[in-house]
Amino acid sequence: MTSTQPGRERVITYEAVQHSREFRQLQRRFRRFAVPTVLAFLGWYFLYVGLAAFLPDLMATRVYGRVNLGLCLGLLQFVSTFLVTALYLRWSRRRLDPLVDRLRDRLEQGGLR
Amino acid sequence: MTPALPALIAHPALLAHPAHPLPAAATGAVGEPALNIAIFAVFVGVTLGIAVWVSGANSTAADYFAAGRSITGRQNGIAIGGDYLSAASFLGIAGAIALNGYDGFLYSIGFLVGWLLVLVLIAEPLRNTGRYTLADVLTYRLRRGPVRTAAAVSTMTVSLFYLLAQMAGAGALVNLLLGVSGGWEQNVTILVVGLIMTFYVLVGGMKGTTWVQIVKAVLLLIAAVLLTFWVLGSAGFDLSTLLAEASSKSPSGDAVLRPGLLYGGTLTNKINFISLSLALVLGTGGLPHVLMRLYTVPNAREARRSVAWATWLIGLFYLCTLVLGFGAMWLVGPARIAAAPGKANAAVPLLAFQVGGTLLLGVVAAVAFATILAVVAGLVITASASFAHDVFAGWVGKDGEGDPEREVRVARYTAVGIGLLAIVGGIYTKNQNVAFLVGLAFAVAASANLPTILFSLYWSRFTSRGALWSMYGGLLSSVVLIVLSPVVSGKVDPHTGASLSVITDPTIDFSVFPLENPGIVSIPLAFLLGWLGSVTSRSQVDPARFARLQVRALTAVGAAKGARR
Repeated sequence: MTSTQPGRERVITYEAVQHSREFRQLQRRFRRFAVPTVLAFLGWYFLYVGLAAFLPDLMATRVYGRVNLGLCLGLLQFVSTFLVTALYLRWSRRRLDPLVDRLRDRLEQGGLR
Repeated sequence: MTPALPALIAHPALLAHPAHPLPAAATGAVGEPALNIAIFAVFVGVTLGIAVWVSGANSTAADYFAAGRSITGRQNGIAIGGDYLSAASFLGIAGAIALNGYDGFLYSIGFLVGWLLVLVLIAEPLRNTGRYTLADVLTYRLRRGPVRTAAAVSTMTVSLFYLLAQMAGAGALVNLLLGVSGGWEQNVTILVVGLIMTFYVLVGGMKGTTWVQIVKAVLLLIAAVLLTFWVLGSAGFDLSTLLAEASSKSPSGDAVLRPGLLYGGTLTNKINFISLSLALVLGTGGLPHVLMRLYTVPNAREARRSVAWATWLIGLFYLCTLVLGFGAMWLVGPARIAAAPGKANAAVPLLAFQVGGTLLLGVVAAVAFATILAVVAGLVITASASFAHDVFAGWVGKDGEGDPEREVRVARYTAVGIGLLAIVGGIYTKNQNVAFLVGLAFAVAASANLPTILFSLYWSRFTSRGALWSMYGGLLSSVVLIVLSPVVSGKVDPHTGASLSVITDPTIDFSVFPLENPGIVSIPLAFLLGWLGSVTSRSQVDPARFARLQVRALTAVGAAKGARR
């Protein structure tokens, strides 16, 4: 799994990239965002599902007029989904993309040892 | 109260499809069938024109399978919305809310939250490492032949079940919207739908299909938003008023505003609901026709934008269905909906008729048909691409890297074959309760595809054996559990004694698995098998291939040229 850069007789292996400091930093940064985010929204979703299944009386608590807690939590699932989407877009644009671009530029110039 | 658990697995909507042929007397069109047909014909004409127009240069494999990677993120996001919001979503979720209230709303949440998983974990690495199909990503680091075949088998299984459900849904809609009552007229309609969508795929390829989906998604959203505003306006833009009015029309009263009408009561019922919720939230990330759409954009960042756009649109749409469902409960009334041909599916069309007369009904009817056409076209191109790229190319020995022109040719023949299969299957299943088909599609997608996708992208010690065990194990367990569930046999309406299962003879009962959705068993099982197969595997993991996958998945290095193609 090697690729040669034309012009320079340098060979980059993907394993070398994988072990490089830059790539590890990129990977760490992605994981630090992705793992807690995924756990959080899945946890919140299943909390909601569990409440709907096992505590329907609690969900029937009225909040405003006929709007009950169940409906509010359901609508909050929409809000949280939109929020996580927006957060991920912003985070990846600011924190992920610049690192990726830098790393890719260097790799494509064959500058990574 | 024993709530008769409706035979619906994933799409509540399909609950609506009558389990038995309707007596002819019960059928009858609402509105003006000629107008409905005319509006539908205009839509088909316009989209066919677009399909022919945009597909001018449909020459290479990348053109045909991936629209030349020329679709922008926003366009693709809208198209994904068009692909995802099937007739079951449009008519079904609103209908389920109109009849069952809150529990109908629960579905839409699972369908929406599932997109976050696609956004954060799947979309970008998938785009960076694959070309046309799901199998491309998996074979990036795993043994090619067997894994590619397994991925193709599960892709085609999921797509075919989804496809049959859509075709059967078309048949059920015909009853209501065109005033065609069963028998040969319905068969002709299914034939026409099948032929038109096969034509879209043959002529338009992925580009034509994409534009059909975009046009459809825009029409669908406009129709849904306008109807929503009208309903909300009638309630003085006060959600509480809407809920109060709606619940006063339901025989269940206030119970429609809280969870439990469908999925309350027994523990089995509750576990069934959790199983369904699991399949819904994890199924989206494994649906091949959705994942294939991510290859139509030029790079990973556009794939990210696609998913974000899809999420906005799908979320907005499901918010509308909440209002439309309660609106139909209020303005049409559950009794009239349940008595209408098409039952719950009729809620939105009846609401449109109530609100805007025959013209608005005609528009809604056309949008509903457009929805079926667009979704079916997306499924056909996915299944045929998988066959041509993963199975056929393997037969001729080149393993996905064979002659691309021949692959396109094979895919076109396959599309015709799948189109015919869908027509025959649709005619055969038109009066069946088809809920199990869509439920199977989501459960199979979540069991057979998702574990393997996640393991192969993120777990260094994942092996080919793990992938095969997980894919075949997930596929088989979900299919077998559904066959052994009350969906297929042995569910009887406690009041009427009529069968609610696919096998309509109530004396046949081999249901030994109590849940209607297998997800809670088959999904963890597939993850477990993927792990077990990997740790017991003798063959060594190739660290170089995993390194290549990881680097490309995050940075697109080396894939960049292909990605810009």
